[in-house]
Amino acid sequence: MAQPTTTAPPAGTDPPTETARHADPAQLREAALRIRRHIVRLAADSPGAHVGGSMSATEIMTALYFGGVLRVDPAAPGWPGRDYLIFSKGHSSAVLYAALSERGFFPVEELATYKQPGSRLPGHPSRDIPGVELATGSLGHGLPVAVGLAIGLRHDGAANRVFAVLGDGECQEGSVWEAAMAAAHYRLENLVVIVDRNGFQEDGPTEEIMGLEPFADKWRAFGWVVREVDGHDVAAVGEALHRVPFAAGRPSCLIARTVKGHGLSFTSNTHTWHYGKFSQEQRARALAELDDAGLDDAELDKAGLAGAAEARP
Amino acid sequence: MTATIPAAPGSAAWIERHGRSAVDTCRLAQLAAADDDPRVFSLEGDLGDFGGLAFQQRYPERFLDMGIAEANLIGTAAGLAMRGKVPFVNTFGSFALMRACEQVRLELAYHQSNVKIAGTFTGIAAGFSGPTHHCGEDLAIARTLPGMVTLAPADAVAAWHLTLAAARWQGPVYLRLGVDATPVVYDETATFRIGGSNVLRDGGDLTIVAAGLTSVASALAAAELLAATGVEAGVVDLYCLKPIDGEVLAEAARRTGLILTVEEHSTIGGLGSAVADELAGSHPVPVRMLGLPDEFAHDVCSYEDHLRRCGLDAAGIAAAAHEHLRRWRR
Repeated sequence: MAQPTTTAPPAGTDPPTETARHADPAQLREAALRIRRHIVRLAADSPGAHVGGSMSATEIMTALYFGGVLRVDPAAPGWPGRDYLIFSKGHSSAVLYAALSERGFFPVEELATYKQPGSRLPGHPSRDIPGVELATGSLGHGLPVAVGLAIGLRHDGAANRVFAVLGDGECQEGSVWEAAMAAAHYRLENLVVIVDRNGFQEDGPTEEIMGLEPFADKWRAFGWVVREVDGHDVAAVGEALHRVPFAAGRPSCLIARTVKGHGLSFTSNTHTWHYGKFSQEQRARALAELDDAGLDDAELDKAGLAGAAEARP
Repeated sequence: MTATIPAAPGSAAWIERHGRSAVDTCRLAQLAAADDDPRVFSLEGDLGDFGGLAFQQRYPERFLDMGIAEANLIGTAAGLAMRGKVPFVNTFGSFALMRACEQVRLELAYHQSNVKIAGTFTGIAAGFSGPTHHCGEDLAIARTLPGMVTLAPADAVAAWHLTLAAARWQGPVYLRLGVDATPVVYDETATFRIGGSNVLRDGGDLTIVAAGLTSVASALAAAELLAATGVEAGVVDLYCLKPIDGEVLAEAARRTGLILTVEEHSTIGGLGSAVADELAGSHPVPVRMLGLPDEFAHDVCSYEDHLRRCGLDAAGIAAAAHEHLRRWRR
């Protein structure tokens, strides 16, 4: 029988008990690999997908959803005690949908409907997808909403955190810096920004189109505590995110140094595959490259990781 | 000791105490809503000295000044609404609906966020301040956004009631509030509802449909001028442009067969357009639209003179009514 205690959290705010699963490094790598294979399929079997920014953000999303960082309940996406994930770089919907489905927010098989008539999975996330908090795709919109959420949570005395995933090119939008200023002013230690710093935007390298450097210094100057990490070292990303807030009374910014299109030889480190459709030949080549990385193709057709995990004794 | 009986909204005592500015009574109504509902927040864009400081004093933890950054102002309000708050956003109508239009469109309209925009410095009420401080496009923008309730109170009494109605409404609302004190139209008997309108005067020759500060008062004054010349004009205050009161409009069109619309807004997309859009599908009759011309103000001008130049004073409205009647009745 539970003992009454004065420090018990309010009813209904306990985090789900299964948040810490998949924190094992091998399982994290497997989750990332499965997500990449989904991205390949989405880029080949639909009118096209934002491949580069999805591939670069794969380990970030893996750490969030499978590294025990986000306190979420796929069976109850609206659970009031959840952490909020604002996926501001909405064009990279392929990695978001792959992660959400693998985590169990909706069936993995539904990914096959991506951009198809009647689907609830458009090219940019809509408001009605389980696990999607904010419809994004117009850049620069996510962080202001994250600021409002963080203020509201603090007002309620709630322990939920707000994580916002931003693209680096997105940080050319002025609204990002309006919100960055407000987050520091209101001392939002429950707010975490993760920037997918892959160095490219649609038209080319960020430093050639509209330079962002010194990027970390900009966030610091706006009052954030900044950490930088190898954005493809999923354990390192998870480790960093387990340490938020980086300092009391200040918002946290994790700059994930990534490679655009990471994981495939022909999409890596270029803006050419910012958006595109894979031919059947490219599809086969991509899946073969990922197979070489160690995943049995047949595995992907089974239920997502969430279902597989629950099926285990 | 005798208990103080609160003055009924719209009564002479209430107006004496609360004033004749829609901006002020909207602010006071936000405070009243906050008294009743702990979810109500007030957000500022560095314009709190326009009546916002009373809220700050009473509820500092629910008052947020977001500085001069309107995209973040709207996004922050949307984030608060996601946590169940009822934020009022206080800023110029043009800043909310033009500078931050896409945030309003996506974060508020698409998500049906429970955010209320209290838009000030609308129309040409900023007078001498010039075109950067005029705003003749806000109603057109607001009403084209799916699910955006669009309100244009006629006076300080209507602003009070419609602010409270907005607080009770679930979903995004835009309120058009002008700048300073304006003529009072309503008394303590007035009622308002989202989707409603008020028939303020009966008349069988034509119907003047007006909305907003000064326009409704001037329409009533114009109806008096017309009556003196033997023309009986009905007057409808269409304070809610969206959802629009199609029944009252169709009935007015059936009864009088001629409509004159009056607004301190561009005739492109505003009240006149909303009325014509509705009647085109229900009871088509000739609609003449009085409003701001399709141009920016090009010289310094007082509010009153500017309204007169645009034909939005009582004499101008009456003259337009006579022209409309001459064109279609004789």
